[in-house]
Amino acid sequence: MNLAVYWGGIAVDHKTGVPLLMEKSKPGRIGYSLPPLDVPELSLDELIPKEYLAAQIPDLPEVTEPEVVRHFTQLSRRNHGVDVGFYPLGSCTMKYNPRVNEDIAALAGFSRLHPYQPWDSTQGALELMYQLDSYLAEIAGLSKTTLQPAAGAHGELAGLLIMKAYHREQGEEKERQEILIPDSAHGTNPASARMAGFVVKTIPSQLQGGVDVIALKDMVGPQTAGLMLTNPNTLGLFDQNICEIAKIVHRAGGLLYYDGANANAIMGIVRPGDMGFDIVHFNLHKTFSTPHGGGGPGAGPISVSKELEQFLPYPIVTKEDHRYTLTKPAKSIGRIKSFYGNFGVLVKAYAYIRIHGPQGLREISENAVLNANYLMHHLKDDYYLPYNQQCMHEFVLSGKWQKAVGVSALDIAKRLLDYAMHAPTIYFPLIVDEAIMVEPTETESKETLDQFIEVMKAIAAEAKEDPDQLIQAPHQTPVGRLDEARAARKPILRWRSKEI
Amino acid sequence: MIAKKGLQYTENHEWLKQEGRMVRIGITDFAQEKLGDVVFVELPAVDDQVTKEDPFTVVESVKAVSDVFSPVSGVIVAINETLEDSPELINEDPYDQGWIVEVEPIDEFSFEGLMSPEEYQAYIEEE
Repeated sequence: MNLAVYWGGIAVDHKTGVPLLMEKSKPGRIGYSLPPLDVPELSLDELIPKEYLAAQIPDLPEVTEPEVVRHFTQLSRRNHGVDVGFYPLGSCTMKYNPRVNEDIAALAGFSRLHPYQPWDSTQGALELMYQLDSYLAEIAGLSKTTLQPAAGAHGELAGLLIMKAYHREQGEEKERQEILIPDSAHGTNPASARMAGFVVKTIPSQLQGGVDVIALKDMVGPQTAGLMLTNPNTLGLFDQNICEIAKIVHRAGGLLYYDGANANAIMGIVRPGDMGFDIVHFNLHKTFSTPHGGGGPGAGPISVSKELEQFLPYPIVTKEDHRYTLTKPAKSIGRIKSFYGNFGVLVKAYAYIRIHGPQGLREISENAVLNANYLMHHLKDDYYLPYNQQCMHEFVLSGKWQKAVGVSALDIAKRLLDYAMHAPTIYFPLIVDEAIMVEPTETESKETLDQFIEVMKAIAAEAKEDPDQLIQAPHQTPVGRLDEARAARKPILRWRSKEI
Repeated sequence: MIAKKGLQYTENHEWLKQEGRMVRIGITDFAQEKLGDVVFVELPAVDDQVTKEDPFTVVESVKAVSDVFSPVSGVIVAINETLEDSPELINEDPYDQGWIVEVEPIDEFSFEGLMSPEEYQAYIEEE
């Protein structure tokens, strides 16, 4: 039987793919050289108690350094990233990550710090965190920020625990158990609410895609802990009733959480705090151009209102007489991450904000929205557009015209790979059939956008004339259509030396 | 998409089949088609209580994770353990080998509020 290994769901077949490092292994081949021993040699048994010693030597590949370098370089060349081509993955804001961010983050004063170093010797790093905190609070229209959360969903959990602490302070923790979440929300919202011990109630969307305000009025009450919302929502539409929604939730005694995954649409134009939100997270790895994908590291800082500052996780940076120190807010929910969050990511986001400035950040959002509307306008005759109105930084098409001739959103996505473009997000949001969610970001040129339009039109034409071409796509990639179901049902998670 | 004869249907795309005191429950052909390839089914345990309209099973596909809602209140008397190793049965044979649980209803079971195959067919065509 043919062996296969799965890396993040991608099967590398023996026949078609790069051989595994284990298969290049030759007994006795050594990839390192050590200097001559200048201390007495001790046997392993003398150093480590016997019960801790492995009975068998682990099966590690025996290869040379160039073999290792070539192996991983070959693999990386088969990968698609934003440095290779267009990456319109909706809800993920795969913008180009400027190299200057990396230069700044690599400065020895940032990259060679030790977390236990005395504060007197790390004032520069603390100042950067203090300033980033205030910049993000300003962009959010709120008061104070924690930089600790390592990702958006981590920020959500921290925000919900703050919500809980707030209700506890009001003596209403037991009554206020419900978090309201629209049916178009990111899946992380209900997951985080459950993690924080709340009960999730789903608010239906109205026909224009926004929150159904009448339904919301019926759902709020003394049991409401809060509402989680992203605005613009996952359909790429700005919910114009947001001020009324905020009033309804606040009047019922709940708080509002802003999922900042879509913040690339609003920077410098409107502030979540002004819309009525109490807690906001930003995905620095989306909006603020720090690299992401492949599991991180990311950063999901949250900004909160004045009233909620006392509950923020610790440590936070405070300034006293020109000196920066780390402190613990009065009623802090505690630590949520070791040390200071993903500091390197914070430095890159800081560099990005400083380079662009307030006007530059506003232009980023304006261009992101313009690019999305440009694509939407040119694609809506070829793909069904369920919410036909001006979009923000992304929009959702439906493949239902193509589905009628047997071509699914998945087939369209796979075919895009043949044109060396990453596929958009598909089958999300769940309220759109055969959803195709496109987010071009501001960093693409008009030529790239035109190329995408041309390719999408060509694919729509293929669906009519040559559907098999799509159903069997991709044809040009290192591996063809992967069996996702088998990868999930019967995953092979590690290499084994014997045939299975 | 087919609605099988002899079964009752819910708006949430579950089917029910009365077998003496017991009611067998699964998801419809329409539901499995929407979900795509099912990769995991989180089954309840025998003797678990289920409440009408509450989720009792989670079905995970390559596209999404979805709750299955109980159309009746009662006690789980049997679960389809083959789904643990072969979740694809939900795709391949949703009305027969892909059944999920059997429930013994608390109250006398009635078909009130459920749809006939013809009504369900019309319902999904509207969707």
